[in-house]
Amino acid sequence: MKNYDLVVIGGGPAGLAAAIAARQAGIASILILERDSRLGGILNQCIHNGFGLHTFQEELTGPEYAARFVSQVKELGIAYLCNAMVPDLSPEKVLTVIHPEQGTFSLNPKAVILAMGCRERPRGALNIPGFRPAGIYTAGTAQYLVNIEGKLPGRECVILGSGDIGLIMARRMTLEGATVKLVAELMPYSGGLKRNIVQCLEDFGIPLKLSHTVVNIHGKERLTGVTIARVEKGIPVPGTEEYYACDTLLLSCGLIPENELSRGAGVELSPVTNGPVVDDSLETSIPGVFAAGNVLHVHDLVDCVSQEAAAAGKSAARYILETQTQTGPEIPVTCGPGVRYTVPQRICPGAAEGELTLRLRVDGVYRNRRLTVLAGDAPIYSKKRRALAPGEMETIRLPWNSMQVGIRELRVLLEEI
Amino acid sequence: MLDAVIIGGGVCGCAIARELSRKKGKFLVVEKEEDVCCGTSKANSGIVHAGFDAKHGTLMAKLNCLGSQKMPRLCRELDIPFRQNGSLVVMVDPQDRPRLQALYENGLANGVPGLQILERDALLKMEPNLSDQAVAALYAPTGGIICPFTLTIALAENAAQNGVKFWFSAPVTNLTPIPGGWRVETDKGSVDTRVVVNAAGVRADEIHNLACPDKMTIVPRRGEYFLLDKQAGRHVSHTIFQLPGALGKGVLVTPTVHGNLLVGPNAADVEEKDDVATTREGLAEVRMKSSTAVKNLPLNLAITSFSGLRAHRPEHEFYIRESVPGLIDCAGIESPGLSAAPAIGEMVAEMVTNLLRLEENPGFYPTRRGIQSPLSLSPEERQALIRGNPAYGRLICRCETVTEGEIVEAIHRTPGARSLDGVKRRVRAGMGRCQGGFCAPKVMEILARELGVPLEAVTKSGGESRLLEGQNKQCKGAKP
Repeated sequence: MKNYDLVVIGGGPAGLAAAIAARQAGIASILILERDSRLGGILNQCIHNGFGLHTFQEELTGPEYAARFVSQVKELGIAYLCNAMVPDLSPEKVLTVIHPEQGTFSLNPKAVILAMGCRERPRGALNIPGFRPAGIYTAGTAQYLVNIEGKLPGRECVILGSGDIGLIMARRMTLEGATVKLVAELMPYSGGLKRNIVQCLEDFGIPLKLSHTVVNIHGKERLTGVTIARVEKGIPVPGTEEYYACDTLLLSCGLIPENELSRGAGVELSPVTNGPVVDDSLETSIPGVFAAGNVLHVHDLVDCVSQEAAAAGKSAARYILETQTQTGPEIPVTCGPGVRYTVPQRICPGAAEGELTLRLRVDGVYRNRRLTVLAGDAPIYSKKRRALAPGEMETIRLPWNSMQVGIRELRVLLEEI
Repeated sequence: MLDAVIIGGGVCGCAIARELSRKKGKFLVVEKEEDVCCGTSKANSGIVHAGFDAKHGTLMAKLNCLGSQKMPRLCRELDIPFRQNGSLVVMVDPQDRPRLQALYENGLANGVPGLQILERDALLKMEPNLSDQAVAALYAPTGGIICPFTLTIALAENAAQNGVKFWFSAPVTNLTPIPGGWRVETDKGSVDTRVVVNAAGVRADEIHNLACPDKMTIVPRRGEYFLLDKQAGRHVSHTIFQLPGALGKGVLVTPTVHGNLLVGPNAADVEEKDDVATTREGLAEVRMKSSTAVKNLPLNLAITSFSGLRAHRPEHEFYIRESVPGLIDCAGIESPGLSAAPAIGEMVAEMVTNLLRLEENPGFYPTRRGIQSPLSLSPEERQALIRGNPAYGRLICRCETVTEGEIVEAIHRTPGARSLDGVKRRVRAGMGRCQGGFCAPKVMEILARELGVPLEAVTKSGGESRLLEGQNKQCKGAKP
């Protein structure tokens, strides 16, 4: 196998956008490795619309959105290899690849972009007691079965978790002839986008019970029902149990960035995002290894993934072309009251010129707050936000140049008005 | 007429079948479920106990020690992973010292090699994550870890290679004495045999009671577990038991042979013999007890929880004997049953051999080859494997890196996988951190294709455990 300057691991929205941006920034030798049989990643099964509003000012379906990037990759002549698994990445950026036709080989590119996406939290990780019958699926698995295979996982459905995939699947299952009896959400607020709650639940009369969870699973072979209970401070309240007869339980209880490869390579990971700790060029703790998209932190909108990944692609190009310059010590970005995490977690002065993008999530539901960035004690950004919720990622764009080298720390916080 | 029918395809039934296949004869295993290893054998600690715990002089102690001695060679012959990682029984209350000493002496009497009592400083060098309360421990270097699925399946495959037949989904409904033997009636039909071996696990009492005037009782004793991500697999390197003390019996913390961490079990007697539900209380108990001997246990990395039933007899002793002529009971095989299985297999096979005066089977082939993971091979060997069959280069389960080639092989072996769980137990597809989220639909497709059935017919674990209810927009009850 010939060697490449840049290898992008993952051919979903992040990997595609990163590769395109790197090519446009002057990198000729790029390879995208995709484990599935086609490019596009999870978008291929997201046949609902609502993608691309920011990027293309159009409402596209997932496959349509992916197709735009895939055709660009092809037009730019970027190499890609589907059905490729990467079991191993070393700290020296040596990748092992296994492929049905090409066999097994290794690559040692100058730069690597991690774009492996994320996975869903399974039932076991939620510790829901009860039996382990058939009929319990994560929402994304059910989405694959319905949208790719054309098969109905069940007819009477309860959904635990109000993440976006769960909400989308409530509508999909209904449209395909199943009855969705309930969406239960452990938290007192939904983890999904407001627009999905309206379009996928309210429009179809599907009840959403906040502060409720599944406390027991019934049925030895196929699911026969679940017991739901109200939750206070994370603990089910005795006496509030309700039985729902159903043959299917879908779980939409959070996504976990898939960083087993990164961990194996020794990339420093954040315990909050479960993704790599990166600087403003989206470079991880290993020089020349960049990360973007859901492997870095879980996004709400694919448009944000594409933007972030394009930035990683550009940074990787700068790294390969050795035009990256660091002019001073690193500046940590810390979280003040109300802020759960930021990406990046540190800034490398001189790396990003012109504009600095900070992405963050808040740690609860807030109304009428100021989202503020302090450089030392001085506010360099402060904007009023009417509503903030953990389910909606916030993006801050700051003018940024080397003049600001004197800054020792950036602190992001919510202030009461 | 067959020579022997073995009721139950758990680890004991399969070990007995494999040992019997060293002799000439017609042997059949009848199993209630759709596969071997579906009961107690599939949900336990996966521990090969060194043999210090079982009371000296009991059959349990004798077979535990023998089984533990035989295990390394058996695993080599069957090409399955086994690791003697050593075990520690940790004492946290200094007042329990006499108990620790008694355990040590019991182990010496049982002939367990290499036992030592280690004090705190030495212990912490071996296991830095032992709790701050750990005072001393009994160290048994021959304690080991094993995959109970692959052990049972490998025994079954080797038995099948040597001519043993298997009936699945064949619960035994009646046993009737006939001249020179027994008629075994099952849902799959009836069969006549000279000898019946009862290795029916938690239901061994039901089988026994079909044939014997005296009545046996097996109490299903449930134990609940957490299985943690491989990220936590090195939290401890030895199997850590708690010394049973005034506070009762603790739970164990152990790496598994595949690199996960296993925590559990508690013990609660239940009414029903298929009550393998986990409970909020049970999991909370395991959680609470797990911190006694080991500190900073990352239970937030749990990828699944499960429970298993021990086939407990109130007498707490293995019951292996010819209870009525031609019926050999192998009952009450609770912990350390997995450890003892190789010895139980030999003992019961010898009983059958003596009863029937069976001759040696000169064609007996003792070795079985495991399903090879391309990841375990050198790059050159891997290249050759994929060149020969590209399916070994096609990834299906990303968490456990299982390829299509391995899954196809698991389906076409005898006895082969018939369901998602059957595949999972053989090659670990779906056993990892996403618990089949990504690979389940793909494994379903492979099962449907290889078995020549529609996708809707594929099950999680046989029976009514169907995974799909039909096609999109299809009315309930309509034919696909």
